[in-house]
Amino acid sequence: MNYNWNWKIFFNISADGRHTWLTTLFIGLGWTMATALCAGIIAFLLGSTLGVMRTTPHKWWVRFGNAYVEFFRNIPLLVQLFLWYFVLPELLPDAIGGWIKSMTPPWASFVPAVIGLGLFTAARVSEQVRAGIQALSGGQSPAATALGLTLPQRYRFVLLPMAYRIILPPLTSETMNLIKNTSVALTIGLFDLTAAARSMQEFTFQVFEAFTAATVIYILVNLVVVNLMRWLERSVAVPGFIGPADVGGGGH
Amino acid sequence: MGGFDFNVIERSIGYLFREGMTFTLTLTGLAALGGIIFGTILAMMRLSSHKWLSLPATGYVNLMRSIPLLLVIFWFYFLVPYIGAWIVGAPTPIQVGAVASSVITFTMFEAAYYSEIMRAGIQSIARGQVWAGYALGLNYWQTMGKVVLPQAFRNMIPILLTQTIILFQDTSLVYVLSITDFLGAASKIAQRDGRLVEMYLFAALVYFIVSFTLSYVVKLLQQKIAIIR
Repeated sequence: MNYNWNWKIFFNISADGRHTWLTTLFIGLGWTMATALCAGIIAFLLGSTLGVMRTTPHKWWVRFGNAYVEFFRNIPLLVQLFLWYFVLPELLPDAIGGWIKSMTPPWASFVPAVIGLGLFTAARVSEQVRAGIQALSGGQSPAATALGLTLPQRYRFVLLPMAYRIILPPLTSETMNLIKNTSVALTIGLFDLTAAARSMQEFTFQVFEAFTAATVIYILVNLVVVNLMRWLERSVAVPGFIGPADVGGGGH
Repeated sequence: MGGFDFNVIERSIGYLFREGMTFTLTLTGLAALGGIIFGTILAMMRLSSHKWLSLPATGYVNLMRSIPLLLVIFWFYFLVPYIGAWIVGAPTPIQVGAVASSVITFTMFEAAYYSEIMRAGIQSIARGQVWAGYALGLNYWQTMGKVVLPQAFRNMIPILLTQTIILFQDTSLVYVLSITDFLGAASKIAQRDGRLVEMYLFAALVYFIVSFTLSYVVKLLQQKIAIIR
């Protein structure tokens, strides 16, 4: 095969004229992690709220939670990001829409990416939280009521502490999914790790070096996240309970 | 941007479905078929007691599952011409085109996810059935083909279909190769006529209706074929 390998390419100056290609890839990784972190906070808070709502005795809260999940699970993430990036500014009143459109480059992609990924992932987190609460023994909620706890107290002191521990393994894969899904935001201009590898490929034609580097970085990130979550699992484990059950999941 | 112009959808609906949706569904169908076949082989390899079979399969599945689909799409888009040249012994990379490359990409990528489902399916069959098969004098392939796999498939149909719905949504990512799939078609009209709002809202609606209906069917199917143990 006549492909010219050139691993030294990483130390050449990149298209921006200031950094090496290696640094450029790490700038991409920085945007990937920043986007995933911000979206993850939204997803965790909103997903937990929705997951709790779907297990309450209030019929309309359950319906709202279910509708949210159906909506965000049945539209491709790419289309959702297009809705946030292209469509939303047009539908809002001119003043707000114009302000959004006048955002400067990194933020114009970053903000819609965070919102889009956050709301998309919230639907998936809410599925896990609901499954975690439902996996608890059925007597816990009545027992908490018998102790005189109000509905919020039941969740805060009895149900959620164990439910979160149960769903830590599926939340680990959700975290990885979120980091990987961040790459979809390159379509709306986010300079994430995949976009950085792509730009390196376009400018240097060293296709396989660029993609190999990105692949290796993703695998390393994967290892770090998995080990961090395992450590978290161990440090919050309640003595006397066997390892958390798998609540299912799948997909990506 | 004055008012909505839903006329643009009416004008382009033939193109959207005849060109775009046909491609999306073809890609989904081919990748699902290829992915399930290759995924089942991967699952059987992973469960093999031979290290030289299980290690490469495990490595492949873990690799595919740890990198984003978009990166895989880019990888294969550039890699397939070289692999093709290597297979036919051509001196230069052969042209395979974006469409063939996307079918190969999705088959190879989804196989990793289908293989995890099939592995769970195979492992859900009681070990005693395999021994019973061997005791009857069946060999490995007969035991797998006539005893284990039919039941594994049956048990996993709902999950395989759910994964296929995810695949259907994921095919929208071929947008990055400028292929005219459903979203690609909608996006081309949107940019040509300057009607991004209408076209992207319509695309979202169509994806929603298809995915929602299919997942509802899967739910019904799940109740129907569930085996009471």
